[in-house]
Amino acid sequence: MPVLRFWQAHAAELLGLLQQHLLLVCVSTTIAVVIGLPAGVIAARRPRAGRVILAGANVAQTIPSLALLGFLLPLPFIGGIGARTALVALTLYALLPIVRATVTGLATIDRAIIEAGTAMGMTPRQLLMMVELPIALPQIVAGIRVATVIGVGTATVAAAIGAGGLGEYIFRGLAMVDSTTILAGAIPAAALALLADAALAAAERWLRGGRVRKARVAVAAAATVVALGILAGSAVVRDARATVVVGSKNFTEQVILGEMVAQALEREGMTVDRRLNLGGTFVCDKGLRSGDLDLYVEYTGTAVSAIFHEEVPRDPQRALNRTRELYARSQLSALAPLGFNNTFTILVRGRDARERGLRTIEDLAPLTASWTPGFGHEFLQRQDGYPGLVSAYGLTFKSQPRGMELSLIYRALADGQVDVIAGDATSALIASLDLAVLEDTRQYFPPYDAVPVVRAASLRREPAIARALSHLAGRVSAKDMRALNAAVDLEKRHVRDVVAQFLGSLAP
Amino acid sequence: MSVQFQQVRCAYAGRPPILDGLDLTVEEGEIVAIVGRSGAGKTTILKLVNRLLLPSSGAVVVQGRDTREWDSIQLRRRTGYVFQDVGLFPHMTVEDNVRVLPRLEGWTVERQRARAHELLQLVGLPADVYGARFPSELSGGQRQRVGLARALAVDPQVLLMDEPFGALDPITRAEIRGEFLRIQARLGITVILVTHDMGEAFSLGDRVAVLDAGVMIVCAAPAAVAASRDPRVRAFIDSLPPIPAA
Repeated sequence: MPVLRFWQAHAAELLGLLQQHLLLVCVSTTIAVVIGLPAGVIAARRPRAGRVILAGANVAQTIPSLALLGFLLPLPFIGGIGARTALVALTLYALLPIVRATVTGLATIDRAIIEAGTAMGMTPRQLLMMVELPIALPQIVAGIRVATVIGVGTATVAAAIGAGGLGEYIFRGLAMVDSTTILAGAIPAAALALLADAALAAAERWLRGGRVRKARVAVAAAATVVALGILAGSAVVRDARATVVVGSKNFTEQVILGEMVAQALEREGMTVDRRLNLGGTFVCDKGLRSGDLDLYVEYTGTAVSAIFHEEVPRDPQRALNRTRELYARSQLSALAPLGFNNTFTILVRGRDARERGLRTIEDLAPLTASWTPGFGHEFLQRQDGYPGLVSAYGLTFKSQPRGMELSLIYRALADGQVDVIAGDATSALIASLDLAVLEDTRQYFPPYDAVPVVRAASLRREPAIARALSHLAGRVSAKDMRALNAAVDLEKRHVRDVVAQFLGSLAP
Repeated sequence: MSVQFQQVRCAYAGRPPILDGLDLTVEEGEIVAIVGRSGAGKTTILKLVNRLLLPSSGAVVVQGRDTREWDSIQLRRRTGYVFQDVGLFPHMTVEDNVRVLPRLEGWTVERQRARAHELLQLVGLPADVYGARFPSELSGGQRQRVGLARALAVDPQVLLMDEPFGALDPITRAEIRGEFLRIQARLGITVILVTHDMGEAFSLGDRVAVLDAGVMIVCAAPAAVAASRDPRVRAFIDSLPPIPAA
């Protein structure tokens, strides 16, 4: 099975991701217990406060995980790229089941038992610790079980903001349109969820016997988990202190460029923390500004239009100059371009192009009545994306464009789910899936020259960054980039190896 | 420890009073059985003694001190309470249930254990057989006995009993009553017991009081109550099944 071979080849990495995944879930669930248990006790004691607490937990639960990460990202203290933001989000998700289980567990205790405790002269605190919580414990454990299983699933999304975990494989697989890589992350995640479910179900059954001594054992076990969680937390923090933090967006070319920059820095003797596969331009830019990232590779056209919301000059040199001016205002430096222009390009199936003689985007006009366009979510929203394209070429598609995951879009075109897409000019899939590029005769798409963007503070702190990146200036052609993409996407080679080989081939 | 009710009134706004002008003195070491229908205010009387409730007016005086002046935790720990539905802690063993109060009082583990074993022996459930069982593994009668042992754990001077033996079969009930009287005589505890069963009141009480709609109609020795001509008292006595002639 290809998945087994993948795991064999990536054993050390898999172990690391599994560990990160476990830590994310353990730490967030532990924090949720520490917060949720007292909150549940308060909610059970004071119905009015209880309604507020439960409503709050409910709302947190209904926010889709990616959206929640998006909200948290720009916040001070809790936001930012990496494990911290993911932990906050996972904790919020874990709260509801734990609070609710605590409230139900306490509310369903036989009144006679509470009355007996009170009449014996137990203080409310003694009653809670000796009677109510021990009796409610199996129910509370059931809540923790639900929270943990949700956590294992949700933690896969954490990879989108650089928190690591098994989601890395899922996002990487999506970027590479490679189901083996997706499965390599999804299978262990599912197994982990089932395992956690079974283990906690056993704990719950064991406690249902209602044994106070056993409850003490359970509390000791929980304390151990807390201790582990704290250890894990400190490990995550230590990780964040690497010398230079390199980011990338979540598609193959970006991951390759991130790796390329990272290796170039390592060749200059720097320690690099890779935060590759981050969930898009927005996440990378926020990371750079907040200092979570030291650098990532951006494209001039994307910077000017998507980040700074300006019209992009059509001349590449002017676009680069404008990019530099705009970044300089935020204490960010755009260095020398790597050499290739990854402009957007409009693609159709090769067979359609040949049969209908399609050569330019203008040729699409008669087909808009029956053809369905499909675009990445970012392209649909962006000023320089879909809205501008249809007005520049006077296209009026009858059917609503379908928003799709960027990485699935080429396959969707080849499979006939959509008929026209926007893709990267450097994509390896253009050749392999027999897609045809339509010429941009009206120069709608601005230049997208790849440039490393670095925090000015990082350049001052580590002058070697500038030196390392100067070796890459102008050295990566569009043809090189397509070959690199093909090596990873089609030949399924490791990004690390492909990049090392490429850097080795660059004569100094 | 004596208990006095002085013109005790318990009422909630807009409803007929639960207790109205109750005067009753329970002497040290005495068993007073209070009989009344459901809703006559019987349980309220017990809750006034250990300050689970305070009177609207009048005073409840325990050992010469108004319950308002007692620290409720201190008062409750000197007052054993035996419930109709027992209220044993389901997550603790029989022995742990009996040891709860000694533990809260800070006794040494040896003393807790010795006390639990002594009391379980006293109520006929030897600790080496029953101590490690959970309440769910006991019969109703056994649970009542554990409830009694638990209530006696830190030598209460007053024992409050709410329909204590109501849910038992007649033979077990007679057995436990006998044991209870033996224990009470040995320990010399003051007991206030409420029940709707005149038979139980007659067999346990040194004095029997009859409560009707929050008012005490009579409080006297069982023989005197049995001879009463008051129709409200007669209603209770006449409800006892006659013993069939041979």
